[in-house]
Amino acid sequence: MIDRSKLTVMLVVVFCTALMFGVTAIGGAASGPLGNLVLATTTSTYDSGLLHILNPVFTDLFGVRVKVISVGTGAALELGRRGDVDLVLVHARTAEDRFMEEGYGINRRDVMFNDFIIVGPADDPAMIYGMLNVTDALQQIAMHEVLFLSRGDRSGTHIRERFLWAEAGIEPIGRWYQESGRGMGDTLVQASLMGAHTLVDRGTWLAMRERLDLVVLVEGPLRGGDVRLANPYGILAINPAIHPHVNYIMAMAYIGFITSPLGQELIAGFKRNGEQLFFPAGLQRGPNFAQFIPEECRGDDDRD
Amino acid sequence: MESFHFLWVSLTQAVSLLLRLDPPLISIIDVSLRVAFTALLIGSAIAIPIAVLLTSKNFPGRQFLRMLINVGMGLPSVIAGVVVLLLLTARGPFGAFNLLWTPTAMVISQTVLITPLITGVMISSLLGVDQRVKDAAVSLGANRAQRALVILREAHYGMLTALMAGFGRAIAEVGSVIMVGGNIAWADGISHTRTLTTAMILEVRRGNFEQALALGIILLTLVLVVNWIAIWLQRRAGR
Repeated sequence: MIDRSKLTVMLVVVFCTALMFGVTAIGGAASGPLGNLVLATTTSTYDSGLLHILNPVFTDLFGVRVKVISVGTGAALELGRRGDVDLVLVHARTAEDRFMEEGYGINRRDVMFNDFIIVGPADDPAMIYGMLNVTDALQQIAMHEVLFLSRGDRSGTHIRERFLWAEAGIEPIGRWYQESGRGMGDTLVQASLMGAHTLVDRGTWLAMRERLDLVVLVEGPLRGGDVRLANPYGILAINPAIHPHVNYIMAMAYIGFITSPLGQELIAGFKRNGEQLFFPAGLQRGPNFAQFIPEECRGDDDRD
Repeated sequence: MESFHFLWVSLTQAVSLLLRLDPPLISIIDVSLRVAFTALLIGSAIAIPIAVLLTSKNFPGRQFLRMLINVGMGLPSVIAGVVVLLLLTARGPFGAFNLLWTPTAMVISQTVLITPLITGVMISSLLGVDQRVKDAAVSLGANRAQRALVILREAHYGMLTALMAGFGRAIAEVGSVIMVGGNIAWADGISHTRTLTTAMILEVRRGNFEQALALGIILLTLVLVVNWIAIWLQRRAGR
């Protein structure tokens, strides 16, 4: 049995240590006079390292640090809808437009693009290598019932994949069609281990391909493939009329920064293994700012 | 042996990260420890009185409370994560405090997860105290508070086990902290809400398995060191 004073000393030491840590943890949430900026974005922009290039420059210019929450497009927009983030950088135009129509988003701008590709095992069991029509390729995959791994997570990639199946006139059902329910990187790794096909954005593919046992079977428009595989990224601020607490001023500063010649140059200059991952689309001479335009005000200008 | 090469790769990466005092890594360890220790502090402050109460007094609903604690001991972390997220979301009941995406949010979800565990282990260690010790204390004229202290002292080993189990669960936790903390590092790699476990998730997502395992090795080492210190303190106090 130990004596009471020693037990007390022991407890006091343990608790003081914990308290010391604790106080600093709570104090760790400090922010500058203009606060932090919370950006919800897709795993493709964060995991590839693009934001590691952009954000320090933004912080230098505006003195505001950026908290990045990297999730799927669906989850990023949902966080925006709840007012838990200040702006979103995503890649699912239809979902973005709906978000704007609902009034949650404001001041949408095109930022950059790359494309989607279909990757799969090198022995190409569905015989789709080099096909120029993505829906034909999907029909082949369904016909041969070769493994296809879907994200299944309402991400931009998943939304596009479902759109392409619909375009192909196929309801993918069967043991060959599986959902990973995880992010792009996880899904690629899983597809590689399973020998499955999957739809992937070229940025994530380029960043990860040397660790994967997969090859590109169907190219996107960057390499002369189907234009339906184009992958544009848009950025939008959360409407302060709906969520007055959001950091709207800094969100607009970020949108200004990323679509400025400086931001666009940084995007164009970002390379992994010598290859450019994203192509700037924020600068246009014409008056089309690629924002959401209500139906009644819409002329015959070119919305994609 | 060739196929076990990854272990060597991860180990050397872990050692070189530690030796270089890699600033992002140090900040990740710092956040992991602070959050886990704060949760442990709050959790044990709640757990100790509950455990003492549930083992010393008889009152209606006691069995039910004990059952709740047992269920809570196995609470899946994603449940805690979703609940804390919905509580802290901007339009949620505590949205005004602006706690989402902060270490404080992580402390809250970890506290929710470890408090039942600490309480449960404490209850079993307090129940394990020999009835003769309690009787002896009473017969020597101990009042209720003195009797509780005698029991606490007698059960000190189990109490420490409870604290270590709580700390272990807190620092190994990943499901809820990634949801309410957001796995945020600043642009220079310095952690805001990134812990060793959420950093591992990120590295796995990027396909850097060896790097992920290197972080895992560091996490285990950390837990080992903390356990060692705790046992050493206990030995010292017991001498």
